[in-house]
Amino acid sequence: MPLIEVQNLCKEYSRRQVLKDITFSVQNGEICVLVGPNGAGKTTLLRILDLLEDPTTGRILFDGKEIDYLSKDKVTLRRRIAMVFQQTVLFNMNVFDNVAYGLTVRDENKRSVEQKVKTALELVQLRNFESKNALTLSGGEAQRVALAQALVTEPELLLLDEPTANLDPKSASVIEETVSRVNREHGTTIVMATHNIFQAKNVTQKVALLIEGRLVDIGRPEEVFERAVMEMSSFARLENIFSGDASVTDEGNSIINVGNDVKIEAASALSGKVTVHVRPEDIILSKRSMSSSARNMFRGSIVEVTDLGSIVKLRIDAGKEFVVQITKRSFVEMKLNLSSKVYLTFKASSVHRV
Amino acid sequence: MGLTVETALLELLLRAFQLIFSMDSEVLDITLLSLKVSGTAVLIGALVGVPIGMVLGLKRFSGKQYLMRFVELTLRSIINTFMGLPPVVVGLAVYLLLAGSGPLGPLGLLYSPTAMIMTQLIMVVPIITGVTMSAVGSVEKAIREKALSLGATDRQAAWTVLSEARMGLLTAIIVAFGAAISEVGGIMITGGNIRWFTRTLTTAIVQEVNLGDFSKAIALGVILLLMAFVINLTLTIIQLRGSKR
Repeated sequence: MPLIEVQNLCKEYSRRQVLKDITFSVQNGEICVLVGPNGAGKTTLLRILDLLEDPTTGRILFDGKEIDYLSKDKVTLRRRIAMVFQQTVLFNMNVFDNVAYGLTVRDENKRSVEQKVKTALELVQLRNFESKNALTLSGGEAQRVALAQALVTEPELLLLDEPTANLDPKSASVIEETVSRVNREHGTTIVMATHNIFQAKNVTQKVALLIEGRLVDIGRPEEVFERAVMEMSSFARLENIFSGDASVTDEGNSIINVGNDVKIEAASALSGKVTVHVRPEDIILSKRSMSSSARNMFRGSIVEVTDLGSIVKLRIDAGKEFVVQITKRSFVEMKLNLSSKVYLTFKASSVHRV
Repeated sequence: MGLTVETALLELLLRAFQLIFSMDSEVLDITLLSLKVSGTAVLIGALVGVPIGMVLGLKRFSGKQYLMRFVELTLRSIINTFMGLPPVVVGLAVYLLLAGSGPLGPLGLLYSPTAMIMTQLIMVVPIITGVTMSAVGSVEKAIREKALSLGATDRQAAWTVLSEARMGLLTAIIVAFGAAISEVGGIMITGGNIRWFTRTLTTAIVQEVNLGDFSKAIALGVILLLMAFVINLTLTIIQLRGSKR
């Protein structure tokens, strides 16, 4: 049974159409991922689902009942939903009070609040953070607190707006793990906007592709990705996706010729036309050629540097463009800069088929 | 030549500090009155200005509520204009109000501390309202949506917004007190700088300078600065504590 049914949803801001005739449904207990470039309308769609904004036309059914956006009492319904925003917002109080907020406004008794907050903080791996002021946390920690804030209310529907964008890899993986665990163990229905295609593929049963406010495609991840590869590699934020012809090697691995003399080795037997993905975190960067057992090594030069705080994102042209993340410290220590020559190394097992 | 100027300055300073440390009863009286007038004005000003600022900071009218939006914009502009009211003009207005032939003349309040408090009150209310309004407004959207999304009612969400803006409220008080304690033109007109009755630090400084008693003026100036510093220090400590709660 669907928990959410979106029917012919349109949203306009002063005559600019942000969402155009969107229809889809999300089953109870399902994870649905919204993929699309910036400005595709993902955030607006999530905000409408969270009742923070009204649709211009169309209707949405929650648990079989149409949502009345004009109703004075939106609280009852909102309390069955929780949302984690892309821009982390925390209250100027300690971590405990932040996480407890959703329960405090529901007048829950003190004992159960304490227990639930403790469990939620353990889930996001922030034990012993209770008394810290929330505004002193790092970006990754703060976003994990924000996730705990949402989870502690035990929502039926959890909305996540690019929850791991620009986070350190550790926090990003904690958030990914927590989200899929909550879905598995509590059957929480999840709608998540993301740019991380790998995240989308692994934890998702359903992918909805949004482009310029239109729902272009929806279905199982493999299907949607296959159909949309051409369109998606044009998204600036979907990185390290390569398509080419694969052939199996004697060892049972496969070599994929992705063009421009770039041949990627994958640890599984693939053949024919395939599309693969390498996580930026899985690529090792060095200034000299490394002797290692990793099967893939390419030489290239840095063409773009993006500072993300403690992390630096590099775009490297090695015949094909690769995106690599390294810590700011190693960026400085390696004295890297635009057009520096570098080596990229990654294992065959880091190459995933999408 | 240079030496004599320096000696003269040194002597002035020395006498000034003598005055401060001798706890001259008139200086003490002047200091206490300054504190009382500006403190009372800011206190009453906060009681009036903070709630108005909160309401204006919280309320956002949507595109279609044209009349309400017009009222809101007008109110905001008025407050912003009044934040920079020249104290002398306020003093003049209060004087005309309280003068014998004025509408409040029969109350006989002219040249009294009450008249001075009224003058400074009119000055600080727009300041407190304006700063509160922008403090609340700056956190309004993000905090309100976050609170609502976590299941708060409209009222609970509004309360959370105000609580998150609390540091801004202290800023409002600091700014208002700074303006009030250093103001001279308004209270000179409505208080009259009467010895042992309506003489404050600022009006006394003007008087001493006019009389040529510079060491007394310097002494009073130092006291004024010290007082402003101690009060600001206290409020700043509270502010820092609050932000790390």
